[in-house]
Formats: sequence, structure tokens, C-alpha cells
Amino acid sequence: MNRYQISRLVVPRSGRGVWLVGLSAAAMAFLAVFALALSVSAARLAQNWQAALSQTATVRISAPPEEMVEQTAIVLEVLRTTPGIADAREMTDDEQAGLLEAWLGPDLPLDALPLPRLIDVTETPGGPDRQGLRLRLSAEAPGAVYDDHTRWRRPLAEGAARLRQLANLSLVLIGSVMAAIVMLASSASLASNAQVIRVLRLVGAQDRFIAQAFVRRMTLRATLGAAAGAALGAIAMLLLPDPATGSSVLSGLGFQGIGWLLPVSLPVVTAILAWASAKATAFGVLKGVT
Amino acid sequence: MIAFQDVAHDYGGGPLFRDATITLEKGSFHFLTGPSGAGKSTFLKLCYGELRPTSGSVALLGQDMNTMSRDDLARTRQRIGIVHQDCQFLDHLTVEQNVALPLSATGRTVSQDNLADLLGWVGLAGQARALPPTLSGGERQRTALARAIIASPEVLLADEPTGNLDWDMSQRLVSLMVELNRMGTAVLIATHDMNLIRFVKTQVSARVLRIARGEVQTAGADL
Ligand SMILES: Nc1ncnc2c1ncn2[C@@H]1O[C@H](COP(=O)(O)OP(=O)(O)O)[C@@H](O)[C@H]1O
Ligand SMILES: [Mg+2]
Repeated sequence: MNRYQISRLVVPRSGRGVWLVGLSAAAMAFLAVFALALSVSAARLAQNWQAALSQTATVRISAPPEEMVEQTAIVLEVLRTTPGIADAREMTDDEQAGLLEAWLGPDLPLDALPLPRLIDVTETPGGPDRQGLRLRLSAEAPGAVYDDHTRWRRPLAEGAARLRQLANLSLVLIGSVMAAIVMLASSASLASNAQVIRVLRLVGAQDRFIAQAFVRRMTLRATLGAAAGAALGAIAMLLLPDPATGSSVLSGLGFQGIGWLLPVSLPVVTAILAWASAKATAFGVLKGVT
Repeated sequence: MIAFQDVAHDYGGGPLFRDATITLEKGSFHFLTGPSGAGKSTFLKLCYGELRPTSGSVALLGQDMNTMSRDDLARTRQRIGIVHQDCQFLDHLTVEQNVALPLSATGRTVSQDNLADLLGWVGLAGQARALPPTLSGGERQRTALARAIIASPEVLLADEPTGNLDWDMSQRLVSLMVELNRMGTAVLIATHDMNLIRFVKTQVSARVLRIARGEVQTAGADL
């Protein structure tokens, strides 16, 4: 008989608490898969929005109709000679109408409205000196306003960051609940084996030996449970509607490439968590036995 | 082997004994007597550290119990054998596994030959695979003694080890303890069986400690 067989032999299988651990670990790992997915997706979304919006800007020119053409030409000239601007293009009437239609409906007599002129600007990766550009524009074309979309970008980025924080908080909570369940189940298991522990101490067994059997069993059950839960969670993620087929907000939710290592790591993390919790509990309880 | 220095013990209802200063030498043979409830079991529990004295100090195999770490206590217990009054078996293990426990639970190897010999000697060869709850009182005590001596202890502590045995079996078990004592094991037996004490005194020089009137005395020769 080796040490492992002996420790299994002397600690009776105490069924329920241990199964509770396996089941809870499965449920927690299942939830953790989604929290993880949310966390990495939120990070990716924030990045995408940042990239899509950060290199574009709009110049809006509001001027009396007779000055419009002239100011537009001035603005385009200013933009062309400003370092950091890759491209500037006047939007056509149809494009502007299309933008407004989304908000105001198709039947507007747009011709009758004094609409501002919009210029679509693409910045270089470094971007222009925005402060200097604004000053120049206000001097040469008083009706022009340079808008680099910061107003839109910031709430999106903040929203994504907040989403990510919530997802990470959920992961911490899931981990805490898991540790608490292992501690409770370990205490229950140790309490129901009080006589075994007492006898083992009396014949000279060291705490390490006694704790080993309990800790091993808890860790094994938690790990198996977490593996099953993580596998189910991953399958559920795979069965989500394919993001490529639609442009829904769901697009980008999920793991990509090596991101799949995250759900795979859940059983490992659970094993470490369960091992530490069970061990701490066991040594705590054993201190009370002479 | 065991040294009590000014030891007193009190469960809360007044001290069972006070100022006990006693030394059990290597190779000695002692009996501990006294009426029921005098504190014999308590005295033994102090010896192997299940209880801590209310005052004074107890040293086991040269180590002070008050300063011993938990692992030190475990290692020290590996060198002593204990027959508990209430046996203290693991009921889901067989007699054989219970007897081997002091070795198997401390990482030492169990010789199947020695185990079988020992069980044969205490008359339990037929019960090796039985579970403790199915044993008679006498069989339980023989199992407890076998477990106490399987690891060749330097000290043997036995609490009423013959209480449920007939005279033949009592003599047989106590002869085994005398044999161990001749090979160097210090023995301390708590009992109120005067016949047993007389029987042993014909074979070895045993000393008798008596707990009476709150003191642990060395009894006179009038037994
Ligand atoms: N755990 C305990 N708590 C309180 N009192 C106890 C405890 N164990 C024993 N006693 C009391 O201490 C006295 C001595 O008990 P014990 O040492 O078992 O005596 P003996 O073995 O000589 O019969 C008894 O009166 C008993 O009731
Ligand atoms: Mg007693």
C-alpha cells in the first residue's frame, strides 16, 4: 500500500459534501466561461471602436448660403496643408440626406433647410495638432467646427471598460463562492470524520498525512466538476449565432484564437483554488485536535 | 521516558491530583491503581499529551510537552504504544488494518508476517478481516493491545487492558507485556485488578502508583 491508498482507506468516503463540491464547481465554471467571454470581448470591442473612430473626424460648416462655397473651399485648403490630415472630402448632398433620413425620416424638404456642409476627414495615425487646427479654422472660416468624435468615442470606450470591470468582478465573485463552498464542504467532511482524525493523531499520524486525504478528494472533485462545467460553457459559446452572418451587437462576443485557452484554464485555476481552500480548512480544524 | 514535574489536573470540579512528581525510567514496569473515578485515565492522557496539565509540566521521551510542536508530538507518539480504555478503533477498517494503523498511517512499512504472528499471539487470527463493531469486548481489548505494540514502542501505556478478559487471557496478554518490558520497553498499566498486579510481581520487579486523596503515591509492599 502506498501513502495515497492508505490515506484513502482511513478516511471514509463522505458522499454528499464532496458531490456538492463537484456540482458547484461545474456550475461556477459554466458561469465563469461567460464572464470570461464578456471580459475579453469588452476589451476587444473597446479596441475596435477606438480604432474605427480615432482616425476619423468631421468638419461642420454653418454659414450663410452665399458664403458657403467660399468657406468650404478655404476649409479644404486649410486641411490639405495641415500635417496629420491624410484625406479630406466634401460629403455629397445625397450622403448628407442619407445621414439625416435616419433621424428625421425620408419626406423632409431638405432643399428648403439651411443645412451645414460636412467634410469627412481622415487623420494620419499621428493625427494633426487639433488645437492649432481649430485656431486656424476659426480665423479663416469662422463657420467651421472641427469634430474629432471624442464626444462619441469616450462614452463607448468607457462603457466597454465598465463592462469589462463588471465581468472581472463577476469572475472574482465566482471564485470566492467556489472557495467558500470548498471550505464549507471540507469543514463538514472533517467534522463528520472527527473520530477518524482523533484516532489518526493518537497513533502518531502527522497533520500533513491526515489533511492529504481530505484535500486530495476535494481538489479532485472540484477539478472534475470545473472541467465538465467549462466544457459545457465552451460548447454553449460555440453554439452562439455566428457573428459574421449579422451586424448585431453580438458580433465579437466570444473567444478567438488563443483566447480559447482561457476557458481551458478554468479547471486548473479551480484546482489551485480548491486545493488551497481545503488545505487551509483542514489545518485549521486539525489544530483543535490534540 | 516519562517525567511529571509538580503536575496537577482539574477538569473544573476540583483537582484530581496535585504536586505529582514522578519519573518512569527506561525499562521500568509500573502499575497505576486507585478507585474508579480517581483519575487513572486522566493520568495516562497527560502522559501522551491528549490532555495538558492544569499546572506543572510533563516530559515524554525527554521532550517537554508544553513546548512540543504538533509534528513533534506526532513523532513522539510513533514511539509509544497506547491501549485506550475505549479502544479507539476506525470502525470501517478491518481488525488487521486497525492493528497495522500505527505503521501505515505514519509512512512505515507493514510486514504481513509480523502482523499475522501478532494477531495469532493475541488469538485473533480468525478475526483478521472482521470489523471492530462485530467483536466481543475481550476481542476488542486484544486488538487494542496488538495495535499498541505492533510498532515496537519504547513506552507502552495501557488503560484497564484486561477489564473484559477472562483470567487465562489476562495472564497471556500481561505476559506479552512483561516480555516486551524485558526487551526494554517501559510499561505503565492502569488497573484495579490486584490479582494481575500480584501475578506480574512474581515475574518482574513492578512498582505500584496509587491515586488517593488527591495525590499520586508510591504504594507500600502490602499488596
Ligand atoms: N473530559 C472530562 N471532563 C470533565 N470531567 C471528567 C472528564 N473526564 C473525566 N472526568 C472526571 O474526572 C474523574 C476521573 O476520571 P478518570 O480519569 O476517567 O478516572 P479513572 O480512569 O480512574 O476511573 C471522574 O470523576 C470523571 O468523571
Ligand atoms: Mg479510566
